[in-house]
Amino acid sequence: MQLLSVRDAGMRVGERVLWAGVDLDVAAGERVGIRGSSGSGKSMLLRAMAALVPLDEGRVTYRGRTPDELGVPAFRSCVMYVPQNPALPPGTVESLLRAPFAWAAHSGGRFVRDEAVEFLVSLGRAPDLLAAEAVSLSGGEVQTVLLVRALLLAPSVLLLDEVTSALDPELARRAEELILHWCGQGERAVVWVGHDAESRARIASRSWDLPVPSMADHG
Amino acid sequence: MGSVHVDNVQLLLAAGLMVVSLVLSWRLRLGLGRDILVASVRMTVQLLLVGLVLAWVFSLNDPLPVVGIGLVMSVLAAQAASQRPKRGYPRLFLDSLVSILFSSFLLTGVLVGGILDVRPWFLPQYAIPVLGMVLGNALTGVSLAVDRFTSILDRDRGVIESLLALGATRREAAQGPFRDAMRTGMIPTLNSMAVMGIVSLPGMMTGQILGGAPPETAVRYQIVIMFVIAASTSLGCLISVQLAFSRLFDSQHRLRAERLAPALEHAGGVSLRTRLRRAAGRRARRPERLGTR
Repeated sequence: MQLLSVRDAGMRVGERVLWAGVDLDVAAGERVGIRGSSGSGKSMLLRAMAALVPLDEGRVTYRGRTPDELGVPAFRSCVMYVPQNPALPPGTVESLLRAPFAWAAHSGGRFVRDEAVEFLVSLGRAPDLLAAEAVSLSGGEVQTVLLVRALLLAPSVLLLDEVTSALDPELARRAEELILHWCGQGERAVVWVGHDAESRARIASRSWDLPVPSMADHG
Repeated sequence: MGSVHVDNVQLLLAAGLMVVSLVLSWRLRLGLGRDILVASVRMTVQLLLVGLVLAWVFSLNDPLPVVGIGLVMSVLAAQAASQRPKRGYPRLFLDSLVSILFSSFLLTGVLVGGILDVRPWFLPQYAIPVLGMVLGNALTGVSLAVDRFTSILDRDRGVIESLLALGATRREAAQGPFRDAMRTGMIPTLNSMAVMGIVSLPGMMTGQILGGAPPETAVRYQIVIMFVIAASTSLGCLISVQLAFSRLFDSQHRLRAERLAPALEHAGGVSLRTRLRRAAGRRARRPERLGTR
């Protein structure tokens, strides 16, 4: 089952071609580790896959449908981008985990507190993190919360952008295990971007190289 | 109850009071002498001119000059409003003009033509002062609200984008900043209403009393005016924040933070002459303007 497809996609930053002619298919059960040098536009590719930035050419589809056809918020609720950028709105952790369920795109879902606790514990955190104020969290705790928030919303494809970069090795391993376990259930897939080659090797069922633009593309 | 007519000699006597400021500036070496003179002369000349224009308009008994003056005042108010936010965006001046013009004209019309039932409706003695007060307050509200909205979007772009990434619509993602901006725009008016008559004696009321109106009448006018001001400020804030929202979030539910730039880069900044000069230069240098697609 093909979940996510990127066809002939290209992205420019000003005059510079970041990447072009990108073709990538992600099937259910796959965990794709994206390789590419620093600054090659891996984050930008993930953001474009989630329709958060416009592609200069090409298109992205989820189960054969473009964001326009599916409705952009509905598309993003299936193809979910999790940034490394530790940005959380004010409020307690529980309130911000709960908030998305009030949106139209998640009106079918329901916040289940026990589920949130289960995710937190399997990520090596105490359940009382739910009562903590978001602004008081450490960088690592923020990453845990970002991951839990995405998992609770039950997407089909997770686009994970350096989501364990602020975790210590032990907690990072737990996060990897949870992601592997999550991906094994139902029609799900993961696209992984991370600096650490070892963790990428543990997560990815296959690796994929972001094409480097040829000199001609630099104009 | 009549009022004392202020003749030229009395104006000069009052102007003599500026000696106090001048002496202070000189003794304390404030270096404000020139500014004091310029400000005094400007104020006097501007107000005397406005007096002449108003007297002329009053004598015409024609709606066109009244509306014309209202439009000029609105453009100036929109220009001031679009200069104040620290972060602006393309078309901020136009959006400020639309929101200020619409809310001020509508509420002034409701008051003059509806509630007070002035006949004819354009009677400048009512329409122009009411519009002036409404515009001044709408301008403050709109600039505060837009400033708040664009500042939050700029500061919290990561938070907002992460909400969009989870499947929030642009409206859902902007809800917090939107409310915050509306509150910021409306609170000064509410605060001033709360202390009115206790801490402050409003200028309009004072003016009417000085002009010979009985205090009971002046107070009633002030009350009516404050309600109109509060309503038009709220409406102006709503329209301006809504317009800013539709410019800074696109139909694909993306935050277009790259459209935010220091306000002076966008129309509405500095003087009209500078703007025209810049526009001419821009046309000459490159056909397309950045970030307006």
